[in-house]
Amino acid sequence: MTQTLAQKLVARAAGRSSVTPGEIVTCKVDLAMMHDSSGPRRIKPMLERLGAKVWDASKVVVITDHYLPAYDEESRNIIRIARDWVREAGVVNFYDAQGICHVVLPERGHLRPGMFAVGGDSHSPTGGAFAAYMFGIGATEMLGVLVTGEIWLKVPHTIAIEFDGALGAGVAAKDVMLFLIGRLGMDGGQYQAVEYRGAAIRKLPMQERMTLCNMTAELGGQTGLIASDSVTQEFLKSGTNEAWDSDPGAPVLEHHRFNAGELPPQVAAPHSPENTKSVREFQDVRVDLAYIGACTGAKLEDLRMAARVLKNRKSSVRLIVAPASLRDQQAAEREGTLQVLIDAGAELLANSCGMCAGYGEHLLADNAVAISSTARNFKGRMGAASAQVYLASPYTVAASAVTGRISDPRDLLA
Amino acid sequence: MKAWVFGDNIDTDAIAPGRYMKLGIEEIAMHCLEQVSPAFSSSVVKGDFVVGGRNFGTGSSREQAPAALKHLGVAALIAESFAGLFYRNALNLGLPALVCANARRIRSGDRLEMDLDSAVILNKTNGEKLECEPLPAHLVAMVRDGGLLAHLEKRLK
Repeated sequence: MTQTLAQKLVARAAGRSSVTPGEIVTCKVDLAMMHDSSGPRRIKPMLERLGAKVWDASKVVVITDHYLPAYDEESRNIIRIARDWVREAGVVNFYDAQGICHVVLPERGHLRPGMFAVGGDSHSPTGGAFAAYMFGIGATEMLGVLVTGEIWLKVPHTIAIEFDGALGAGVAAKDVMLFLIGRLGMDGGQYQAVEYRGAAIRKLPMQERMTLCNMTAELGGQTGLIASDSVTQEFLKSGTNEAWDSDPGAPVLEHHRFNAGELPPQVAAPHSPENTKSVREFQDVRVDLAYIGACTGAKLEDLRMAARVLKNRKSSVRLIVAPASLRDQQAAEREGTLQVLIDAGAELLANSCGMCAGYGEHLLADNAVAISSTARNFKGRMGAASAQVYLASPYTVAASAVTGRISDPRDLLA
Repeated sequence: MKAWVFGDNIDTDAIAPGRYMKLGIEEIAMHCLEQVSPAFSSSVVKGDFVVGGRNFGTGSSREQAPAALKHLGVAALIAESFAGLFYRNALNLGLPALVCANARRIRSGDRLEMDLDSAVILNKTNGEKLECEPLPAHLVAMVRDGGLLAHLEKRLK
């Protein structure tokens, strides 16, 4: 029987040779990741109520990223609970203020092709870029995993998204996802597994693939998957070359095929990632602020895109850059990328979720118009309900920062 | 009890706004859906139903979204479709979430009655019976126990 990558990953975790879409199975969890917001502060009281312990502390990873920098009594307390809890629970995989969980997790070598993993955050499908079945769950369900080491799953169908050719200059994974969300809707993924395939996907570096899988959350998939290949192995520096891929001809629920070369930069208008059109349709929109941040939009590859546009140019509006991880920031510094951004006038913020989650000190003011490389522009999410947030790639955010209005980065890169 | 009807793609930031997430569920609940329906959190009463269009609960993994609705006394959620993560979270908290192809036939203020076992909603205002997708047996058992925490407590003791 031919099986999709999703079926193979689920079957392995369920201890079966094969599984059928739609059936309910129980899977053994190889890795459980939590952050400070949905993690220890929520888990600890529930574990105490049950008088239970973590099933396997070596399989738990805790990363602080939401309430950093802590700025008041409550946020300091939330971070302190995380620090205390990992010690009590014997969790050694703890990354404190090292960056955003979805970026730090693979960066520190915790993901491998073939794994079955859960994360206490909706952008957990990011892990699927490594051919691991990874998806987001809430705090109580995380408690269930921590106590039992297992989770139930309705075996997903696969929605195959195929991009032939290659993305054009100034066009990025973020444009691919905004286009797909606009085309298929925020529920287009139907809580199934979305698998990205095709020559254009194979050509993408690992962090761009992570952006595809990351925004599968906004596409409404349970996870986003990409078969493992030499790019995966190179990133993970792993000696194994175990291939995880769908069998040729394995049945899928839907198959969408596009030519990557025809895709122009995309912009999603307020207040939904679904409101997507080509960048050319927004060229009259003036912006007050340009934000390059978040797991989906401020990794090293994202910073490089912004720098390509901003080299020897100045931002004409407030430009905020919050690199997604400390290591990515350090790498950007070593290669000169960070200096290009600073010379363009960028203001650097901490390696945390920051404005994207709307949790911290930096929020959008009333009626502010922002262009942002983040994942969601829901009303009020990043600050005032009257603020207008446009989503775009780091290229487009950088180009718009230069001109002060939403701009096609291809005009500046030419 | 009474139905509160909302539209498509009601997101978790609307249900549990990020800026209040550092606080307890009592405070988060006070701001539940305030961007969409300012009167909701102060007017909803125990036993009321929340009805959505497609993709209700899209967005974050934050469990405080269904927790806020439960805290306000909402008896069940009914929608044409739910965002998968939100759906799991609601059931894990013991808050029934029913997928109903005809959810749009319900009007704000309609008086509803739910039978969880048969997954049927009776609209007492117009006499209409709305069939929903039945929940798998293991989830009905968990919801009846009051959610995953209570379910685990029972299992472990």
